[in-house]
Amino acid sequence: MNFVSTIVKNETHCYHCGEDCLEGKLTFEEHSFCCNGCKTVYEILSSNDLCDYYSMENTPGFTVRDKAEHSLFDFLDNESIKREVLDFEGEGFQRVTLHIPNVHCSSCIWLLENLDRLKPAVLDSVINFSSKKLTVNYKSDEMSLRQLAEMLDSIGYGPQINLKDSDESKKPQKTFDKQLLIKIGIAGFCFGNVMLLSFPDYLGIAGVEEEYRSFFRYLSLALSLPVVFYAGGEYFTSALKSAKQKFANIDVPIAIGLLALFVRSSYEVIADVGPGYFDSLVGLVFFLLIGKWFQGKTYESLSFDRDYQSYFPLAVQKRINDAFEPVPVKELKKGDEVLLRNGEVLPADAILIDDYASIDYSFVTGESVPVTRKKGDYVYAGGRQVGKQVRFVIQKEVSQSYLTQLWNNDAFGEKEVHTKLIDKVSRYFTVLVLLVAVSSAIFWQITDPSQTWLVFTAVLIIACPCALALSTPFTMGSIMRVFGRNHFYLKNADVIEKINATNTIVFDKTGTITETQGEALKFCGSELSEAEKALIHTAVASSTHPLSRWIKQFTEAKGFDYNIESFEEIEGKGFVVIVSGLTIKVGAAKFLGVEKNQENNATQVHVSIGDDYKGYFSFEATYRKGLNALLDALKSKFKFQVLSGDNDKEAERLKSMFPVGSTLRFNQSPEDKLKAIKEIQANDNAVIMLGDGLNDAGALQQSKVGIAITEDVSLFSPASDAILKASNLMDLDKFIKLAHAGRKVVVASFILSLLYNCVGISLAVAGELTPLVAAILMPLSSISVVVFTTTSINLISKKIKLK
Amino acid sequence: MSVILVLILVSLVVAIAFLIAFFWAVKSGQFDDTYSPSVRMLFEDRVKKEKEANDD
Repeated sequence: MNFVSTIVKNETHCYHCGEDCLEGKLTFEEHSFCCNGCKTVYEILSSNDLCDYYSMENTPGFTVRDKAEHSLFDFLDNESIKREVLDFEGEGFQRVTLHIPNVHCSSCIWLLENLDRLKPAVLDSVINFSSKKLTVNYKSDEMSLRQLAEMLDSIGYGPQINLKDSDESKKPQKTFDKQLLIKIGIAGFCFGNVMLLSFPDYLGIAGVEEEYRSFFRYLSLALSLPVVFYAGGEYFTSALKSAKQKFANIDVPIAIGLLALFVRSSYEVIADVGPGYFDSLVGLVFFLLIGKWFQGKTYESLSFDRDYQSYFPLAVQKRINDAFEPVPVKELKKGDEVLLRNGEVLPADAILIDDYASIDYSFVTGESVPVTRKKGDYVYAGGRQVGKQVRFVIQKEVSQSYLTQLWNNDAFGEKEVHTKLIDKVSRYFTVLVLLVAVSSAIFWQITDPSQTWLVFTAVLIIACPCALALSTPFTMGSIMRVFGRNHFYLKNADVIEKINATNTIVFDKTGTITETQGEALKFCGSELSEAEKALIHTAVASSTHPLSRWIKQFTEAKGFDYNIESFEEIEGKGFVVIVSGLTIKVGAAKFLGVEKNQENNATQVHVSIGDDYKGYFSFEATYRKGLNALLDALKSKFKFQVLSGDNDKEAERLKSMFPVGSTLRFNQSPEDKLKAIKEIQANDNAVIMLGDGLNDAGALQQSKVGIAITEDVSLFSPASDAILKASNLMDLDKFIKLAHAGRKVVVASFILSLLYNCVGISLAVAGELTPLVAAILMPLSSISVVVFTTTSINLISKKIKLK
Repeated sequence: MSVILVLILVSLVVAIAFLIAFFWAVKSGQFDDTYSPSVRMLFEDRVKKEKEANDD
């Protein structure tokens, strides 16, 4: 008889920061905590009654996390690596900026900014929450960089150190943001002042005050100069650039409009014939810049461009003479002997020379059950050693390994350029506006030549597609914000338009449509009594093997108190424990001397208590809940494909889940996956690829939209266009729906702004466009487009039940 | 009536001073991280209270 039950996940809230406690919640004094930081802070504060702040130095924080046998940061003792990581080195003092992926709540900030209370050698520490970067100044003669990293790790905030981070690819992005803010500041400042200065003209200046008129006008002219030539300067450069490529993007009509506005207004002021349109001009630039800022929302702490280098370690222990010393992985050569300790990643393809190694490939394939390798096995790079230290002999250089040579493929060059909807529209728009302007000029030339030049410029002014240019940024910006609230983070707003152009969805199997965390565990064999469960629970508690952790969770039983008398682990096979006089064996079938159940393909862990063989725990990959509903919702618009790196043992099950006509491919190498995407694209299909591991990196890169699925968005994910939290995968149909709706909203707002343009242009053609009309009409059209797009996106997202 | 001219120029100068203050704020990174300063402020408060409690 089979006894089957599953682990029930209890969702509780962190006592300290209120976040949901997900997998691996911590409990202390009957409170649950979401992270070590919160727990540490609570421990410290509660034990001191929130009063005696100075006993922080007793630092219970240091004992929170089980200390790994070896620190993984000893490579920071290597001078050349250290120099690259450090920001600044003075006499007896160093500054370093570290990326801390774990930072997520207010107590994290509190703890990390009070590091000096844990270690007096820390002078000060400041965290930037949005980029998750911690800057620490410390006395280098009292503490080394390595000790700092170890201390952070011990309180649960292990820094992620790789050279990619230290050479800081993000810096130009930051200056861009700052420049945009400054431009908005200038434009806003000038807009306000010019508007005030224009009022006298609009309200009609009478009698005596007329002497100030030209003063107001010249002041407006002066204030518009920085706006046109600095804040709005990029519209001219961009328009020139696209004109050179004989392609009219949206910046071309904008630049024409700005130029017409500026020239006409300056002429009016200098010739003393009118007030000019300075407030419209300056307001236009201001609104355009706001639109740019709204769309430019970026997720600073997420990286969309990571390649294997940021996942691989900086250094590895290499045998030099008779000792192991850390050397940078770039310097590894074929034949080098390296030592991997618990938790370290193998940087290059190698042959195992110790008896057993247990390798966790979860970052590469998404498979979370470690695989066992024996002496002499060829092991691919990217796996993480679990358990005791093992030695390998390197077979290939880092960049030439099975996985990493994927990055030599030209898919990692430039991605195809996507023509935006707005640019397609603007091509016709520019031509149309020029036609109207020229023909009305011709008409006035015949009827009243004095009006020709005025009407010509008036048409160009009012046709300036400000509202048109704002509709896309505000629609896309709103969609990005809705997505972000639902843990779907886009690299930039263009991705939304790309999603709309796709018709095929390709899934990776392991880790994407199957769960990675806490795979479904069942016990097959004779039913376990509560006492037996408790025995096994006690037995596995001392094992560090990841499978033991799940068994431990599974066999949770209360009211028993057993003691471990002896524990012996046989690497790669299992372990023998004597618990309260009973010998318990846990491990592979062979180790227990029983037959493996051949019908069950899943990973099996067999158990015997005393002389009785009890049965085995079976770890099965489970498909994510809601997958069927998701496929159902999407099947009318998309074709599906599955690319699995595994063998085809799941083929039948997958076939029954996916609609008829879906293609399933198995045994796909990383290169195969990339080729498969190319093949699909060759048939005129545009692909959304969903994948989670480094082995999907090529396919993600090649697809029109590559979406990386990850359990924790702050952890490593391969380079992609978007990052989606695994728990929100089932909302994919809603995301796609919203992206489609976004397109409709953009089109509707185009029509709205074109209506305004029609009214404006007819006034201009008739020669009735006064500065006052322009000053009302132009901001009105911009604002109504902004209001229309943002509210409709928010309404639609509510309707399709997105947060 | 030239007082209007003076007033306008003075108001512009004041406004420009604020604009420059804004530039300074942007350049010194005050817009880089808009979350932690708000939380940090509360933390400092707590520490101070504890200090006071100790002093008593």
